[in-house]
Amino acid sequence: MADDISDEMIEYVGILAKLELSEEEKRTAKRDMGRMLDYVELLNELDTTGIEPVPQVFPVCNVFREDVLEDSGKLGKSAETAVREDILANAPEQKDGAFVVPRTIG
Amino acid sequence: MSKRYETVIGLEVHVELATKTKIFCSCSTQFGGAPNTHTCPVCTGMPGSLPVLNKQVVEHSLAVGLALNCQVNRRCRFDRKNYFYPDNPQNYQISQLYLPLCRDGFVEIETEAPGAEAGVSDSGKASDAEAGASDSGKSFGAENGKRRKRIGIHEIHMEEDAGKLIHEEASGCSLVDYNRSGVPLIEIVSEPDMRSAEEVIAYLEKLRMTIQYLGASDCKLQEGSMRADVNLSVREMGAKELGTRTEMKNLNSFKAIARAIESERKRQIGLLESGKPVVQETRRWDDGSGISYPMRSKEDARDYRYFPDPDLPPLEISDDWIARIRENQPELQEAKLERYQTEYGLPAYDARILTDSRHLAHIFEETAALCQKPKEVSNWLMVEGMRLLKEQEMEAEDIRFSAENLARLIELVEKKTINRTVAKQVFEAVFKDDIDPEAYVKDHGLSVVDDESTLRSAVKAVMDANPQSVQDYRNGKEKAAGFLVGQTMRAMKGKAAPGLVNKLVMELLKEIVG
Repeated sequence: MADDISDEMIEYVGILAKLELSEEEKRTAKRDMGRMLDYVELLNELDTTGIEPVPQVFPVCNVFREDVLEDSGKLGKSAETAVREDILANAPEQKDGAFVVPRTIG
Repeated sequence: MSKRYETVIGLEVHVELATKTKIFCSCSTQFGGAPNTHTCPVCTGMPGSLPVLNKQVVEHSLAVGLALNCQVNRRCRFDRKNYFYPDNPQNYQISQLYLPLCRDGFVEIETEAPGAEAGVSDSGKASDAEAGASDSGKSFGAENGKRRKRIGIHEIHMEEDAGKLIHEEASGCSLVDYNRSGVPLIEIVSEPDMRSAEEVIAYLEKLRMTIQYLGASDCKLQEGSMRADVNLSVREMGAKELGTRTEMKNLNSFKAIARAIESERKRQIGLLESGKPVVQETRRWDDGSGISYPMRSKEDARDYRYFPDPDLPPLEISDDWIARIRENQPELQEAKLERYQTEYGLPAYDARILTDSRHLAHIFEETAALCQKPKEVSNWLMVEGMRLLKEQEMEAEDIRFSAENLARLIELVEKKTINRTVAKQVFEAVFKDDIDPEAYVKDHGLSVVDDESTLRSAVKAVMDANPQSVQDYRNGKEKAAGFLVGQTMRAMKGKAAPGLVNKLVMELLKEIVG
């Protein structure tokens, strides 16, 4: 098992993921991440020399939209507000049509 | 302090592209809508939604890249830049890291010749030669007191803008509006080729002018459609290695940029002089206090774990496409500047002012084409136009009158239907409300009065009312004639033909004097 995950690394990943982990959670996360890395390590058994990375499996390129406003834009305020209601439907808290989040600047 | 320092500056400039819809969905990019009314599942990061690239974004970006002398990556791709922040509903920004659209370009800037010194800090004076020598050999000579220099463009990539956060003092909350989320941006990354605030401003002006002429963006710093982050480091004069740099954010005007550069340059030199290291960090400029603050390290986590976006197929840019963009490239400022002098015979200064705004240049050319009197058009715009812009605190971009109405006004003057004094009044009305000058002159009865008998009785009335002036003239005070002319013009509310009034005053005075 990969044992190269340091405490500092778990701390750092926690910061990047905006997670506050308890000591117990850090221990669990460290073990789980080690397992995941071990699993991915299997790929290194294959020789991939000279093989281009494949970020995309479909052989298509240049898929575009024209710069045209959708109908909801033309329908005016009522349609826009209806879309907004859908968008905000899952917001834990909202105010004046905006999402409310904890203050981001001190 | 005895050491001499050189300031090294590179810029990251974000420009909002002038498209009707967002980069990956058909929502409107219009500024100022009610919060979250220009949103959809794509630009709010709903699971299962799929982005589709707006073709116009690529066209604008290519146009900018070609105008900035860049190489186009024939095969390019989008990547995900991962970070967690409420302005970013997907938890990643779609950007380009590995294969940006454009690379290796340059622009040429002009600064006042002694400008090289501004980047040099020392107790004495640095000569031009010294400053120039340390300057990566990219400046090429001074001409007419101007110093020309080439600033490298490292790359230009396409990406999406984030949402807007409104911070509420009272509730301790922030409100999130995703109307701006997904608005198309290009980021133009320069090489660290600038040495002073003056060069930075010249570079930004050049970018702004070029992009405005291309119609790719309006580039307004105050409204955020052009934003510049300044990467700055200092090093001892003559050093080869770059110093540790900081990145400065929140710069909303050219003035703020210049102040922030000066402040950061001093701060870094101060650290080095007292033997402390410069820490690589992102700092936030507070223009109110004129001080910058380091951003919290959590906001500054630079580990973005980029990877190719699997939702967006790659782009292949063909020769044909590039050729078409080149063909459609409008005439840029430098070409116009030259042509206005050779084709229209305008002085360099006037040509510069007229071409400093694409909009103004457009009005000038259209009006000149309509009335065939380019010098007259230039005079009206340069004198009365500039005066009114200044008076109303407007930008040239805000001019709303049509070329047709300015051309009509010039024809009225040319046909002597109105005199110049009245014409100024009519111009003001054209400028303010884009009125039809012919109708205006008719409605307000402003046509020139050149009926001799009408004017003769007007002059007589003025002379009767000012016997002292007539007496003065008789006593050899020739100035008195001018006074009588002025009084007659006034009595005629400025509409009298001035030449004729002049002639009649002299005639009648001579009759009296004998």
